[in-house]
Amino acid sequence: MTDATEPAIPAEGPRRARRVRLPKPLRNASLLIGAAITLTICLLAIFAPLVATHDLTQMDMANRFSGPSAAHWLGTDNFGRDLWSRLVAGARISLSIALIAVTASAIIGTVVGLVSGYFGGWVDLLLMRITDIFLGFPPLVLVLAIVAVMGPGLVNVALSLIVVSWTEYARVVRSTTLSLREQNYVQAARALGASWPRILFREILPNSFGPIIVLASLGLGTAIIWESALSFLGFGLPPPAPTWGWSLSYGTRFIRDEPWMSIISGAAIMVTVLGFNLLGDGLRDVLDPRRQTRGGA
Amino acid sequence: MTDYIIRRLLLFVPMALGIIVVTFGLLLLIPGDPAAVLLGQEATPENIASLRDALGLDDPWFLRLGRYMLELLQGDMGVSIFQNAPVSDIILGRLGATVELALVALLMSTVVGVFLGVTAAIRQGGVVDAVAMLLAQIGISMPVYWLALLLMLGFAVQLGWLPAIGRGEPLVSALGMALRGNPAPLWDSLAHIALPALSLALNSAAIISRLVRTSMLEVLREDFVRTAKAKGMRRRSVVWRHALRNALLPVVSVIGLRFGALLGGAILTETIFAWPGLGQLTISAISQRDIPLIQGIVLTFALIYASVTLLVDLLYAAVDPRIRLR
Repeated sequence: MTDATEPAIPAEGPRRARRVRLPKPLRNASLLIGAAITLTICLLAIFAPLVATHDLTQMDMANRFSGPSAAHWLGTDNFGRDLWSRLVAGARISLSIALIAVTASAIIGTVVGLVSGYFGGWVDLLLMRITDIFLGFPPLVLVLAIVAVMGPGLVNVALSLIVVSWTEYARVVRSTTLSLREQNYVQAARALGASWPRILFREILPNSFGPIIVLASLGLGTAIIWESALSFLGFGLPPPAPTWGWSLSYGTRFIRDEPWMSIISGAAIMVTVLGFNLLGDGLRDVLDPRRQTRGGA
Repeated sequence: MTDYIIRRLLLFVPMALGIIVVTFGLLLLIPGDPAAVLLGQEATPENIASLRDALGLDDPWFLRLGRYMLELLQGDMGVSIFQNAPVSDIILGRLGATVELALVALLMSTVVGVFLGVTAAIRQGGVVDAVAMLLAQIGISMPVYWLALLLMLGFAVQLGWLPAIGRGEPLVSALGMALRGNPAPLWDSLAHIALPALSLALNSAAIISRLVRTSMLEVLREDFVRTAKAKGMRRRSVVWRHALRNALLPVVSVIGLRFGALLGGAILTETIFAWPGLGQLTISAISQRDIPLIQGIVLTFALIYASVTLLVDLLYAAVDPRIRLR
């Protein structure tokens, strides 16, 4: 039903929110570097047990806080445990939580956005007011409060991240749906008697994938920051789970003399988040509907 | 304009109600019996029953919600379980420090963000642009708590230039003392706030700089900028006076929204720098599972955030007639 020459968003449609654009030389590089970083970290996380050089809990008190060496690539922590092995294991935790949270938020937000934008009227009004309420909380405050009352743990951490993340998808998908539902191919589908679920999920949804993927990529970075913040504050996965945030925060006890443990754990978080942000920005430039329609309209 | 103000104010009411409902709902999220959770493991069944009664936990939820709202209207946020004092008093005692920190950070991030964004925009595509935007990308990806540690490590531990933790006199009173000829407390306050504010500000500075750059690029292409250039106006004044003023319009609302993020980020910064504000209070309340206090803090954060958003919207409408006529 979808016409391949049909632009995803009409060029004369409502003006979309201002987008952040990177300078040209950085743009493609952004996609490449971002993809390289995230791919590497994902592979490390998936094969964490294979790439780990030491047992996660193997202590070596004689070698506490040793710097990087041939035996310990990234040095050791306060118990002489191998930091490289613990960090790749930590990548596994961070990425799993982020992936669960982002997937669920994207699904919830997308459904809300599709329904809200397509039906309009009081359905739209109600759903958007609810969205506004959740946007009304500073995200970290809500995340902390939820984990505070429900208790720490993988499921609760992921759940708290979902509560604060779905709103963004709802708003973006709603605005693409608003413009897509006036498109000829959607009108045609409706005229042919297609049911609304079919129109929403087979006609409109595929054309909204671009922005959803961009949001998801940026969202993975944000989720990792928040998950690490929770672990940092002591409300994430409890030890002995080798979370990045815990390792960063525990390292601060020795920060005057042995800052390495905190520095390297924080660096792991930052590089990963940077990777997802670069990937998201790069994807945005590739998938930006405005760029696709330019010249044609 | 009056119409717009009224409409916008009316929107605030359901929003505030919604925020209160969600905050109240936190209590319903507690797995098991809240009274048992609150009292801890040594609680006897009699204690639990009497607390349930005192908290009104045996009433249906809508009755409790109604009561919660009525109490809030009277400024009553309940009583902290561990400090045994009214939640509103505890929060008010801490609010100033956090607002001060967030405002200083907001100021820093706006100045840095606008400068970086404009500089990048007028050199679009060049090396300066690429470097500025790379810096911004790194700033956005930097976890607040890690940056805070690095700053503390560098400026407080290694160099010893600035204090690592704590707060001086409140800035306002320190400023007053400075005006009366005693500048020492002001320097002390500034030295204490420098690192926490800087670590809190960087993230927002990066986001603002990217927006300013984008907005500036759009404005620089407009006719009035070309006219100004054509009539021989100096480049600096075209950029900083004419173009920037228009480019800042969309940025203003984002700067307002950043305030919410700064309040949230303050939880982390305050913990690291032992800054005696709401953030620190949040962490201790959560560690003790002091639910009324947690609810009060969440509500305070959200209501401040919603009010700032409201204020920004009104301000925006005041400067940009297109909004209120829509």
